[in-house]
Amino acid sequence: MSPSLTFALLLVLALGGYALGRAASIRAVGPSGRIAALHSLPTYYGFYVALWCAAPALAIFAIATLAKGTIAMSMVAAGLPAELQSLPQDQFGLVISDIRNLAAGTVASSPRPEIAAAAARYASLRSLFDAAIAAVALALAVAGLAYARGKVAPDMRARNKVERALTIMLIAASTLAIMTTIGIVVSLVFEAARFFARIPASDFLFGLTWSPQTAIRADQVGASGAFGAVPLFVGTLVIASIAMLVAVPTGLMSAVYMAEYATPRFRSIAKPVLEILAGIPTVVYGFFAALTVAPLVQDAGQAIGIDVAAQSALAAGVVMGVMIIPFVSSLSDDVITAVPQAMRDGSYALGATRAETARLVLLPAALPGIAASVILAFSRALGETMIVVMAAGLAANLTVNPLSAVTTVTVHIAALLVGDQEFDSPKTLSAFALGLVLFVVTLALNIIGLRIVKAYREQYD
Amino acid sequence: MTDATLAAAPPSDLAGRPQDGPSLHMTEAARARLRRRYAADRRFRQAGLGAVVFGVVALGFLLFTILSNGLTAFRQTELRLDFAFSREIIAPDGKVDPQSIRAADWARVVRESLQARFPDARDRRGARLVEALVSPGAQGQLMDMVLADPGLIGQTRSVWVLAASDIDMVLKGHADRAVPEESRRVNDRQLAWMGALEKDGALRLSFNTRFFTGADSRYPELVGILGGILGSLYTLAITLALAFPLGVMAAIYLEEFAPKNRITDLIEVNINNLAAVPSIVFGLLGLAVFLNVFGMPRSAPLVGGCVLALMSLPIIIIAARAALRAVPPSIREAALGLGASRLQVVLHHVLPLAMPGILTGTILSMAHALGETAPLLMIGMVAFIVDVPSGPLDAATVLPVQIFMWADSPERGFVEKTSAAILVLLVFLLGMNALAIWLRKKFERRW
Repeated sequence: MSPSLTFALLLVLALGGYALGRAASIRAVGPSGRIAALHSLPTYYGFYVALWCAAPALAIFAIATLAKGTIAMSMVAAGLPAELQSLPQDQFGLVISDIRNLAAGTVASSPRPEIAAAAARYASLRSLFDAAIAAVALALAVAGLAYARGKVAPDMRARNKVERALTIMLIAASTLAIMTTIGIVVSLVFEAARFFARIPASDFLFGLTWSPQTAIRADQVGASGAFGAVPLFVGTLVIASIAMLVAVPTGLMSAVYMAEYATPRFRSIAKPVLEILAGIPTVVYGFFAALTVAPLVQDAGQAIGIDVAAQSALAAGVVMGVMIIPFVSSLSDDVITAVPQAMRDGSYALGATRAETARLVLLPAALPGIAASVILAFSRALGETMIVVMAAGLAANLTVNPLSAVTTVTVHIAALLVGDQEFDSPKTLSAFALGLVLFVVTLALNIIGLRIVKAYREQYD
Repeated sequence: MTDATLAAAPPSDLAGRPQDGPSLHMTEAARARLRRRYAADRRFRQAGLGAVVFGVVALGFLLFTILSNGLTAFRQTELRLDFAFSREIIAPDGKVDPQSIRAADWARVVRESLQARFPDARDRRGARLVEALVSPGAQGQLMDMVLADPGLIGQTRSVWVLAASDIDMVLKGHADRAVPEESRRVNDRQLAWMGALEKDGALRLSFNTRFFTGADSRYPELVGILGGILGSLYTLAITLALAFPLGVMAAIYLEEFAPKNRITDLIEVNINNLAAVPSIVFGLLGLAVFLNVFGMPRSAPLVGGCVLALMSLPIIIIAARAALRAVPPSIREAALGLGASRLQVVLHHVLPLAMPGILTGTILSMAHALGETAPLLMIGMVAFIVDVPSGPLDAATVLPVQIFMWADSPERGFVEKTSAAILVLLVFLLGMNALAIWLRKKFERRW
């Protein structure tokens, strides 16, 4: 029985449970139908029965469905012939993924017979598990339904019970965000630890050469890849800095203009238009950077006799800067508008022009908020992926020249993990080490930025 | 007060008494200072306006690039040729059934038709050049015609078939005819044949239906975005089904029930930080947890939806909390006073009043998720898939990833198709944002 059918059946049972519980509560107070004699409204009895019917069954169903693939695969792996079992770990991983692909029917090539047999076994185990899960979950649902149906009585406090269950669900939902963070940290740390078990962390963090090609055969030339990530860190900083050089002055000046000079009419048009920039998907910016801006930069360089790489850091950085303008401008606009009017009035009363007021009074007063917006925008620039994937390329040059081609952390995470991977080579695992660095750095920046925003908000509230 | 009035008034001290000498503020040096300060103010103002204009111009330039490259993709070049569905090619052994029709040498049908039309292309090089006029998709088109009506075998029909992408580019003006022949993809002989077809009225641009009904292809003239659109639709449906209820539930708890303590503080900080985590990190999470630990299928919208749901969850929670906070406490107090339980207060009164705000935030977060590419690359939604997906468990790609893949293709024809796909994506985003704004305008309440 397919999982989706089981799921649908469970939902139908829950619906039936609701109707049953509701009807039972009405019947419990007799044919006269004095609903007021019930402790709770009939719908609460319905929800009570439906919850007992669906909640345990759905929990079992979800856990078992998520676990079945792993369990089936470990059973299949244990039953593989000895010569496959004795393969080194990375090749064994390839065999496993072959079996999985074959069972899913996504590979057309004719496989080795023992792998085909294993795939067939894997598929049959999975369908066996599906049937077992369906049986257990449905039995549990029916049992829960019968139990709860038996409990329906006029003095049963159904509302309180349903509300308690709902509250538990609300709490569970609000912890999901924490679970996500924990999931990110654990998966990054776990995979990165496997990487650092092979490549020392100092080599990764301070090495100056990045060429993650590892050899397939042990005797191959260039057998050991170099995993010095400094070129990637420097490239990321170069591109993000260019982006900030574009975004901070533009964003800040337009925020000041919008807050202090613009008429309400101009503001009501220009502000949404600028914010469109933040709503455009990054893949569109990437296409724009690669197709239009990069050749433009290259031609401009040629016109004044400078050699510019086809995938220069400048093109990617400028386009990224344009993308970030609204992040800087809208947050800065908020904090500038939040500066108390009394400070403006005081400054004007002393005879200062608007520019002087903005420069000498408003900007210093709003500085923490502006700093926070710059920090958050910088964190955004570090983590931006699609623009650099499409416009910056893969050349890991260690340089700070904005006219040469550089690459970033995110580009290499994407490049290492797109397509099929063997999950045990340092090449694949290095992506998680890069991801860990990216996560830690952006997290630190975000915490600092958000803390400043919060402190600042309290100051003027 | 302007300079003119300053100059006109007689010099006086602060109390208005006339002074002997010129005022401190009336000296030439003071006026020069004032002029400088006003000039500085004007420059500052112009710099601000310049910044706004820069942003607007950048946006306009981007949209102009996309539009000028992409609008032509909605029409595709076709050419009309006489095709002889001769029996000896299509049914050499006399059998006419779908299988033998599919197995027939359709390339030969096209080749013979072209050679009949252009007798000067009999030489070997010419044959190759003339075949490059027609898209490989023409063979499939002819095959489908015969499959639908086997009676065509043995007849000759005049059919509009798709032209090759290179021809398409020349006709639309994306490929310059003036560049030297050796660096052109369409050479002079082919241009002459094109001219001949044009003169006969056998070359036309017609609406590109295939672009809206097909999926990916290796040939730019054969691609369609329906596969990407449906993939995006399934993915977003999963995202919405997961993130909306969970996000609203979390927001209700945090805003209405949670005690103010260190744990809820931690959750709050955590949600704010999660909203700012780079999207590619969510892709890593999806790869490590959903694919490798749970063994969920690669490239499936189900996994993409789960990843995007985790990504949009904090955004929805933040929006929903703001909407719940905007409902005045008097509503809650009135309901409590009438004897409603705390959950009834929230579910029957506060939540319905906050719903427009929550929906607005949800739609905006869905628009954000629709444009997201990077995390989906990590979980294998970047595969070359020629079939339109039929459910959330099929291997699929999404619209932005499709754009990324086409943008990576070197052929000139893909630039046009990429831009057109971007236009479609932007139309979807525009629609979602318009819906959100409409919702906000229609249901906005001031308490």
